[in-house]
Amino acid sequence: MNSMNCSDMTGNETKIDRRRFLNRCWTLFGIAAVAEFGWLGLSFMNSRRERNRAFKTESIITAGPVEWFTPETVTAIPNGQFYLACLADGSLLALSRTCTHLGCSVPWDEEKRQFVCPCHGSTFNLIGEVLTAPAPRPLDTYPVRIENGIVKVNISTPQKRERFDKGQTARL
Amino acid sequence: MIPSSPKNRRFFTGFLLHLHPRTVPSETLRYSLSWGLGGMAALLVSLLFLTGTLLLLTYQPSTDSAYASILILIREVRFGLWVRNIHHWSANLLVIVAVLHLLRVVLTGAFGPGRRLNWIIGLFLLFLLLSANFTGYLLPWDQLAYWAVTICTSMLGYIPIGGLWLQELFRGGAEIGPATLANFYVLHVVFIPGTLFILMLWHFWLIRLAGGLVQVEKNSPEDVSVLRVPTVPNLIVREAAVGLALMAIVLVISIVWNAPLLEQANSGMSPNPAKAPWYFLGFQELLLHLHPVFVVFVWPLLGIAALFYLPFWHDSSLPTGVWFGSDPGRKLVAWTAAVGALATLVIILIDNLLLHSGEAVAVNILITRGLLPTVLLIALLVGFYFLLVTKLKHTRAEAVMAGLVLMLVALTVCTIIGVWFRGPEMRLVWPWVQQSL
Ligand code: HEM
Ligand code: FES
Repeated sequence: MNSMNCSDMTGNETKIDRRRFLNRCWTLFGIAAVAEFGWLGLSFMNSRRERNRAFKTESIITAGPVEWFTPETVTAIPNGQFYLACLADGSLLALSRTCTHLGCSVPWDEEKRQFVCPCHGSTFNLIGEVLTAPAPRPLDTYPVRIENGIVKVNISTPQKRERFDKGQTARL
Repeated sequence: MIPSSPKNRRFFTGFLLHLHPRTVPSETLRYSLSWGLGGMAALLVSLLFLTGTLLLLTYQPSTDSAYASILILIREVRFGLWVRNIHHWSANLLVIVAVLHLLRVVLTGAFGPGRRLNWIIGLFLLFLLLSANFTGYLLPWDQLAYWAVTICTSMLGYIPIGGLWLQELFRGGAEIGPATLANFYVLHVVFIPGTLFILMLWHFWLIRLAGGLVQVEKNSPEDVSVLRVPTVPNLIVREAAVGLALMAIVLVISIVWNAPLLEQANSGMSPNPAKAPWYFLGFQELLLHLHPVFVVFVWPLLGIAALFYLPFWHDSSLPTGVWFGSDPGRKLVAWTAAVGALATLVIILIDNLLLHSGEAVAVNILITRGLLPTVLLIALLVGFYFLLVTKLKHTRAEAVMAGLVLMLVALTVCTIIGVWFRGPEMRLVWPWVQQSL
């Protein structure tokens, strides 16, 4: 007993040092393991991002000949999930039907001549500008091109915007 | 093999005693102390595990077949409809019971020293069971599910900096699709139940560690040896009575009312009105009035931080085991609840007029519908606190209790309005008008 108690301090100390060293190692390994699994999981999930895309059909949608669209009208293009708004001067604007507030699908109300969101009541005019909050910005647009009198819209990425300008439209 | 032979009995009670101490203070058996709410939550969780396992046998987690598999379940599987209903009603009741349980913990001073960690774990449990409810909501892939999830994942997008990344992570891409369903499925059947289970055991163990439920503080040290009674049968029969009664109620509710199921999800048409599940309708009400960044980020962050910090604020917990702390405390709560409910209602009605009277799109909406209301709310709470503590001579704990009751009442009023008084395009309507639509 006695000899144990007064056994050389150095021996005891190295013992504790060794223990402390090993404990640190285990902690390190533990952290490394958590980090690895975290990284593994995140990469796994990130790589699936494109999976939902396969859903979408094509990115270039043919909406029809220009003559179909008369000034001051809004036409729904269901296979592209957007609207073609024809302005007073006959220029065309492709509007996403996704509300900029929280993503509901916005129908065109012909009577009120507004887009009215069913979810929180945001309204937008014919060119997609916000008339009533809570929507924070105008409806997104898609680039429109007119080739040989045929209207084509590229729906690969919606364009966010703060306000309307002529550059978002296309004319013959 | 006589079922109640002493040996069998010991085998059975031995298991129960792993969850319970051998004896409990007789005072904590009083039903009006805890209302058995935590036990009810535990029972509902068990029902959810049970019915959930059954549902897994028929449900198919893919966007093409999920909806059809639910139809088959409720039309062709024997008792399928009932099982789905039990799962649905248990989940919804659980939200109510857990919030009431939280309220009881607040009102009986049960989050103070010795119980701090358990309060934190309780908060995680609350978060988990809300997540479980919400992820389960998507699985039927009907209109209700699809649009509720569209709205709620869009809400994530407003979180500054990491928001869009989070949104894409949960959706498994920019849009809602098969990857979203896969994500929610795994969360709902593996991740959340697993975590919930572990945390629940921890929650129970910590109650034991704290020496049981809260009790009225004793004056003399001798009193510490309060009357203790054996857990079996005293506590067990009470738990069984509450549990069995609640189970009977859930089963009957599930016979009478069916869980909702709309048409199959249609990404082209939002139902009008498109509402979030009821326990998020308080937030949806706020969304009508405030800038989204504040509703989905700033306010929840402030609220959560406050709830987490609460037990570490010195003397913020009431005297233990006495409802409302004292008689003045009881009156204070009644007044706060009444005034809070009225004030919330009035504010909503006034702002509703403002919203529809041309104020339309203010340029600095971030300030008028964000910063300003936030500062006002904080000023109101701080003012309320000092009024109570300095002028009306309430204790800090009583003021804290009043503040929590005020917030909870406001959220409840918002939720009630969201559920019954919001019609097409989220305009205010009377419930009976809504019915006839
Ligand atoms: C899945 C959800 C939950 C379950 C199953 C559960 C279960 C329980 C049970 C069985 C008790 C024993 C006393 C009683 O029956 O009231 C209890 C006590 C307690 N719970 Fe929970 N609970 C849950 C959620 C929460 C939440 C959301 C909070 C608050 C943030 C919370 C905080 C506490 C505290 C502090 C105690 C100790 C109370 C005391 O000592 O008197 N729990 N819980
Ligand atoms: S999603 Fe359109 S107003 Fe909220």
